[in-house]
Amino acid sequence: MSTRSSDTVIAGYIPLLDSALLVAAARLGFAEEEGIDLQLVRETSWANIRDRISVGHFDVVHMLGPMPIAASLNITSLAVPMRVPMALGLGGNAITVSCAIWDQMSAADAGEEGDPASTGAALAQVIAERKTAGGDPLRFGVVHPFSGHAYELRYWLAAAGIDPDADVEITVLPPPLMPDALAVGQIDGYCVGEPWNTAAVHAGTGRIATFKEAIWPASPEKVLGVTESWAERNPDRLDRLVRSLVRSAEWCGNKENAPQLAALLASAEFLDCPANLCLPALTDQMRLSKAGPALDIPFMTFSGPLAHCPRLEHGLWFYSQMVRWGQAGFNAADLDIVRDTFSSAIYRRACGVGEQSALRQPQPARFFDQTPFDPDAIEAYVEAFDLKV
Amino acid sequence: MRCTIISHAHNGAMTPSLSILVIDDNKIRASIIEQGLRDAGHEKVIVVDQMDGLLRKITTIEPDVIVIDLENPNRDQLEHIFQVTRAVQRPIAMFVDKSESGSIEAAVDAGVSAYVVDGLKKERVKPILDMAISRFRAYSRLNRELEEARTELAERKTIDRAKGIIMKSKGISEDEAYRLLRKTAMNQSRKIIEVAQGLVIASGLLED
Repeated sequence: MSTRSSDTVIAGYIPLLDSALLVAAARLGFAEEEGIDLQLVRETSWANIRDRISVGHFDVVHMLGPMPIAASLNITSLAVPMRVPMALGLGGNAITVSCAIWDQMSAADAGEEGDPASTGAALAQVIAERKTAGGDPLRFGVVHPFSGHAYELRYWLAAAGIDPDADVEITVLPPPLMPDALAVGQIDGYCVGEPWNTAAVHAGTGRIATFKEAIWPASPEKVLGVTESWAERNPDRLDRLVRSLVRSAEWCGNKENAPQLAALLASAEFLDCPANLCLPALTDQMRLSKAGPALDIPFMTFSGPLAHCPRLEHGLWFYSQMVRWGQAGFNAADLDIVRDTFSSAIYRRACGVGEQSALRQPQPARFFDQTPFDPDAIEAYVEAFDLKV
Repeated sequence: MRCTIISHAHNGAMTPSLSILVIDDNKIRASIIEQGLRDAGHEKVIVVDQMDGLLRKITTIEPDVIVIDLENPNRDQLEHIFQVTRAVQRPIAMFVDKSESGSIEAAVDAGVSAYVVDGLKKERVKPILDMAISRFRAYSRLNRELEEARTELAERKTIDRAKGIIMKSKGISEDEAYRLLRKTAMNQSRKIIEVAQGLVIASGLLED
């Protein structure tokens, strides 16, 4: 590796809509305004993202929210303590099922507008009938074991009484391959970020059953990940990067810029897909089915302090799901590690925001099934679920 | 899985052999790695070039070491399979020993990732990974040389076309046309290929 100047930041990312903040910061001058030479490196897997930041190839990364926690807790390969300086947006994922499964769900009264409760109940009925008929279990794809996708899919299934480990099979696939895997029947459904749900809807091979924003409103998806040691060694560079990403987010979040952002992200260098696939999520005009109307509902949020400032309870909810699904054993000492990882300190320092204003949240985390989440009683929260590992 | 190793030792083999699974959808590269490992005395090398039925294969083969290409977009799926099947008790990238960060970077640079069964001594895996790294490098060198040869061929074709254009329009010989190209390049401090490319493009415009 050549020596880097004190203004260079090398960022690894996966081609997805929510890499927008990094892409726009690098290409539209937001990084430059803060004197940062932001260099982007496209990666093919989350495992590579994790390994390459651990060994110092990357300074910062576009990362699945739960991954820095898994790294700090040392429950993943090449684990080093990590920090989350900021979230890169809220929402943006959806659960898509094949048209064949949707027809059966529809017959079982699944809601047309992505309501998690009725679609979940309908799927439970489909699965029960399938079991009686002696059919194979349905197969669902997620992008990584330590992902919001895995936890949202499992939460939705389990809330409907479907055991994610016994009643269905959950496999891992790279996001861009999901629509094809669905089309050829390799999987029956998947949870992935955009544009890979819209891709199946456009192709007429899939139907969006529900989405992240409906399951867990205003929840973080990708985050900026950085190793603790890099953050400690480069506070000034990190602060400038965070500020440039916040400005980039304001631009990305402005719906008037959506066509330009879609064109930029869709180019061969980044997502390499048709630009029209990127637009529905960027404009909050998602179509859940090919023939259906565009729903005027919040789907994905890039801008605003609530979209960026890391919240302890979000990190703790991710941790609770690691415990619930057997990825981690509950350990009170681990809670401090999670708190350090998801601390808002770096964001507040970079943006000059006081603790009070950062902590003043409109409401605590809430979920579609109304089960309250108490971040101070994680063990009891997990214990109270019927379905868990 | 360590039992496999022990039983080989009990069978009186001089060195207990490890079974090595190479997962690579690039068949040429996979065979280069396979050959390297075989040359180094590893007899149990299995190459898999597709993900279909991989789970079953891993269960049957019970590999001690799995070598994969970092560029494989299915890497996340592989990690998941390792966890689910417990084929690899806890998937550990070979370069997990943080004291050897130099070799970690070398491995990542070379595009190699190896997974070893928990508890397997790293001294036994390191030579395998080193071999894989050198083979990956040899393959990328081959690729680069091939690319260079292709470029050279393309350049020669462009120069030939430029010569043809000059010969036709000025009614001069091939040698004279080449000398004219070279002289123009020297006068303008440019490469012959650049002048030739300019001429070919310009003449294409004029023809239209």
